[in-house]
Amino acid sequence: METTILFAPLVGAILCGFGWKFIGEKAAMWTATGLLFLACALSWIVFLGFDGHTQQIEILRWIESGSLSTSWSIRLDRLTAIMLIVVTTVSALVHLYSFGYMDHDPQWRTGESYKPRFFAYLSFFTFAMLMLVTADNLVQMFFGWEGVGVASYLLIGFYYRKPSANAAAMKAFIVNRVGDFGFALGIFALFFLVDSINFSDIFAAVPTLAETQLTFLWREWNAAEVIGVLLFIGAMGKSAQLILHTWLPDAMEGPTPVSALIHAATMVTAGVFLVCRMSPLYEFAPGAAGFITVLGASTAFFAATVGLVQTDIKRVIAYSTCSQLGYMFVAAGVGMYSAAMFHLFTHAFFKALLFLGAGSVIHAMHHEQDMMNYGALRKKIPYTFWAMMIGTLAITGVGIPLTTIGFAGFLSKDAIIESAYAGGSAYGFWLLVIAAFMTSFYSWRLMFLTFYGEARGDKHTHDHAHESPKVMLVPLGVLSLGAVFAGMIWYGNFFGHADQVGKFYGIPVAEAAAGGQNAAHGATDTDTVTTSEAGHGSTDTGHGAEPTDGKAEGEHHAGFAGAPGEGALYFGPDNHVLDDAHAAPKWVKVSPFIAMVLGLALAYLFYIVNPELPKRLAANQRPLYLFFKNKWYFDEIYDAIFVRPALALGRFLWKRGDGGTIDGFLNGVAMGVVPYFTRLAGKAQSGYIFTYAFWMVLGIAALVTWMSIGGGAH
Amino acid sequence: MIQADLYIILPEIVLALYAMAALLGAVYTTKDGMGPVLVWTTAALMAVLAIWIATQDSGTRVAFGGMFVDDAFARFAKVAILLSAGAVLLMSQDYMARRGLLRFEYPLLVALAAVGMMMMVSAGDLMSLYMGLELQSLALYVVASLRRDSAKSTEAGLKYFVLGALSSGLLLYGASLVYGYTGTTLFSGILVSAHHGEVSLGLLFGLIFLISGLAFKVSAVPFHMWTPDVYEGSPTPITAFFATAPKVAAMGLFARLMFDAFGNAVSDWQQVLVVLSVLSMFLGAVAAIGQRNIKRLMAFSSIAHMGYALIGLAAGTQAGVQAMLIYLAIYVTMNVGTFAFILMMERDGQPVVDIDALRQYSRRDPGKALAVLILMFSLAGVPPMLGFFAKLGVWQAGIDAGLMGLVVASAIASVIGAFYYLRIVFYMYFGAENEEPIETRSSPVLWAALMGSAAMMLVGLFYQFGVEGAAAAAAATLVN
Repeated sequence: METTILFAPLVGAILCGFGWKFIGEKAAMWTATGLLFLACALSWIVFLGFDGHTQQIEILRWIESGSLSTSWSIRLDRLTAIMLIVVTTVSALVHLYSFGYMDHDPQWRTGESYKPRFFAYLSFFTFAMLMLVTADNLVQMFFGWEGVGVASYLLIGFYYRKPSANAAAMKAFIVNRVGDFGFALGIFALFFLVDSINFSDIFAAVPTLAETQLTFLWREWNAAEVIGVLLFIGAMGKSAQLILHTWLPDAMEGPTPVSALIHAATMVTAGVFLVCRMSPLYEFAPGAAGFITVLGASTAFFAATVGLVQTDIKRVIAYSTCSQLGYMFVAAGVGMYSAAMFHLFTHAFFKALLFLGAGSVIHAMHHEQDMMNYGALRKKIPYTFWAMMIGTLAITGVGIPLTTIGFAGFLSKDAIIESAYAGGSAYGFWLLVIAAFMTSFYSWRLMFLTFYGEARGDKHTHDHAHESPKVMLVPLGVLSLGAVFAGMIWYGNFFGHADQVGKFYGIPVAEAAAGGQNAAHGATDTDTVTTSEAGHGSTDTGHGAEPTDGKAEGEHHAGFAGAPGEGALYFGPDNHVLDDAHAAPKWVKVSPFIAMVLGLALAYLFYIVNPELPKRLAANQRPLYLFFKNKWYFDEIYDAIFVRPALALGRFLWKRGDGGTIDGFLNGVAMGVVPYFTRLAGKAQSGYIFTYAFWMVLGIAALVTWMSIGGGAH
Repeated sequence: MIQADLYIILPEIVLALYAMAALLGAVYTTKDGMGPVLVWTTAALMAVLAIWIATQDSGTRVAFGGMFVDDAFARFAKVAILLSAGAVLLMSQDYMARRGLLRFEYPLLVALAAVGMMMMVSAGDLMSLYMGLELQSLALYVVASLRRDSAKSTEAGLKYFVLGALSSGLLLYGASLVYGYTGTTLFSGILVSAHHGEVSLGLLFGLIFLISGLAFKVSAVPFHMWTPDVYEGSPTPITAFFATAPKVAAMGLFARLMFDAFGNAVSDWQQVLVVLSVLSMFLGAVAAIGQRNIKRLMAFSSIAHMGYALIGLAAGTQAGVQAMLIYLAIYVTMNVGTFAFILMMERDGQPVVDIDALRQYSRRDPGKALAVLILMFSLAGVPPMLGFFAKLGVWQAGIDAGLMGLVVASAIASVIGAFYYLRIVFYMYFGAENEEPIETRSSPVLWAALMGSAAMMLVGLFYQFGVEGAAAAAAATLVN
């Protein structure tokens, strides 16, 4: 069944991409879509029926080279199962949606066939993504990693007649290369130290790695820290974190379904998945984890500020994605991997919903993407409006504070913010709360600008705005369900009591008696010892369960146990973030809600009550406005530091180095020197016997002279 | 005693007696009418002799007091000589017949030349060396001018004869010097006298003159000047013959003389061969670029190829000799195929030798064009064709023998040389349309030779027909 899930999209891609000429466009597209729905259905069966125990399903022996022995197999654990449903569900819905969205695309000439190609790319992407998430070793993962990179490149540049789309595709590919370089170095380092690239071997060796020193660049480092940072650099590229984020907004040049599938729900979360997958490593690399936290929080904040002032509807959502990914990394960085996965999971639903909703708006408005030309669309496209509304409620985190009732984003985002607080990262906590405020503001700004107020822009376009066809509305409906309920249904599994979470992920749980009433203030020393004993002795978990002295008044807390790699995630013996997060003060738990309400209020004031206010503010705070508007000038800085020098160097090597020196030399020899000798040889071949005889005699005279003077004669 | 000696040279005797008997027979019957029959019988006899020699039990046998040696090396060379001579004879029949050149003497002269060549590779004495060489050369002088009504053909024959006489003189002079300084003409006797470090100036002069005489036969620079003119002037089948069997025989004789007679003074002749080899490779590569006539082009190509083969000899090791023998076997195979194609080239019944005529040939006959492509790639040494592995073999031997500079020079020369082979391919596939296209009339024999040789360039990668083992055995008997 798992094999079917993995290969159905590939078969679909091949049939659709190469077979459409034989079976027709429509049939090809339905084949690809049908196979994806099959994969989706099977994925849900796997997810719901999964018992938490890691399985390895070997497909074939893959690489046998020296000590590198790798099979291509599916590692089926809870992480994989989660990713399976995320990927296949969103992908299947996006396939369906594309029937409507890609119909009559004005980019193409009449009669030109582009739809099967699009569907084939989508299916191919899905296959590569499944390769990534089912990987049992790092090389297999890297294969999928590059596969999604290729698919992303192809799809961003799908409108290949647009120079901007081609440039964006190249940018995405090249920026990702930078991250991949780090990722590859991390893999090399792991293979160098562990002599294996299989996850099981790596996880088993992690405690040793933490005590190993590795010489890298100019000094010695702790091996676990270096590898952790290197792998995270790969994740930064793929997940568009700060420094390597510049490709993601440009990637919006691709068709909107692509943005929803690749650049919101699945591919960009691969980095988060990687960090969670390598959780045993990061548990032993506190420095690397701290780096992730800081970078994630900074990204969340940075992207939110930029999102405040963008006017292109897709770019707003793109920056929002970037920001939400930062949230996930904060959760992973403080050690609450399950919260990161929780947000990844819910985010996939509501962000895909928002993108597809935006696509529906764009479709209705004849491919107009500037929100300044929208307005008052609520009545014209009611279904889309409600879908977008649900998405906005979910992303801004609407729910009832201090309960577990609310939209998906409410539960998962609050889980992350509480984890950040419990993880002791004040920087992360405050930046995330501020980002939550801005998230709320720009999301509502988007809603108000698009659906409320006056109709702006081309009147003709507004008159002809129409609701999208059913194939586009059905995916919106399904994703809306996810955006509403996904958080509430799976809250316990992702962020509930340790028992529940442990069972969900297949992590052994040890009953540890926590000392204080308020675990946030830290357990006493004895407890730490007890828990860590339980952590090391996974066989005798009962030992740690026995209440030690003076714990009668304390409530029982379950602690995670098990060796690295035993469950889908690994929590070190000192990792109490889950418990601490549950025990966080009330003001911490309410703070994201307050931030959300403030953001909503401000947006209401700015865009409904007094639409003149934003303009005045922008005029007042012009430098700040321009700073945000120009995305903190990252592109300009990169252009000056990297792009221009690289181009100059390339031009120099091309014109001078290659053209002048190498070609010049070779051409000189081939066109000057050799023909000269050819002519000379032709002249020597005079045709006269005496010349020939003369040459022979000359030759023998030379040989005799040479041998008798310089040779071995005695 | 004499019976045992005669038994050892029985293949040579059979071929010689056959040639004489057939000559008498044809003279007293229909003369030129016997031509086609004699071509077939000669070729058949050669094939039979080749099989006979190849299946002879191994071991070294000496006849006539050491003047004639029959060993694995001689057998390897003889099989190559007989098979290539027979193949070229068969290929020429159609061409010669249609141009009225199929005289009955032709196959018999080739047979006598083959006898000479067999003598050469079996020579154990300077006298038998000279006898074999002259028997071969005299036959070749005559066949070169077989087309008596053509000025070019007669000129070719005459040039070849005059320069050949000069080279024979040099060789004889060298032989007399060697005899004078060692007191013997037997190779085994010279071997004892000519130790490295004890080679006297006179003996060294003799060695150089001997080398010069042989270099003329293998057309190594600067003793190559006759080659293009003779190749161009002779009728094409004769050219094909010149490019194959005599080259094997001359290289075989070269190796035999160097190792059997001067095997203890390797470093004395090594540097001479290195110079000859480098000059041949570069001249062959550079001069061929200017040629529009495919026969002249093949002449320079053969000069260059002899340069590569000389690398193996210059290495002075067993591996070197083995690489050289394999190189020759592959070289002969490639040339048989290439000349089969050149024999097909014609327009309105007249032979065409201009390479411009090949433009866009692939459109008219893709099958043959592909075969020529494979052969050209192989001649240029493009992997995975066999020609590349031939070069690789001699390079390997050269590097092992410490001749790094020679190998590097040879690699550069082969890059330059690749140009003119690839130009033919370029013309066939991408050249501008020619207003006067050629036809390629193919008899079954020519077609089989072309396709078979092309196929061999690829099949040889997987199955070597025992050549490698035989070459190894041959090299082992020669160098020890």
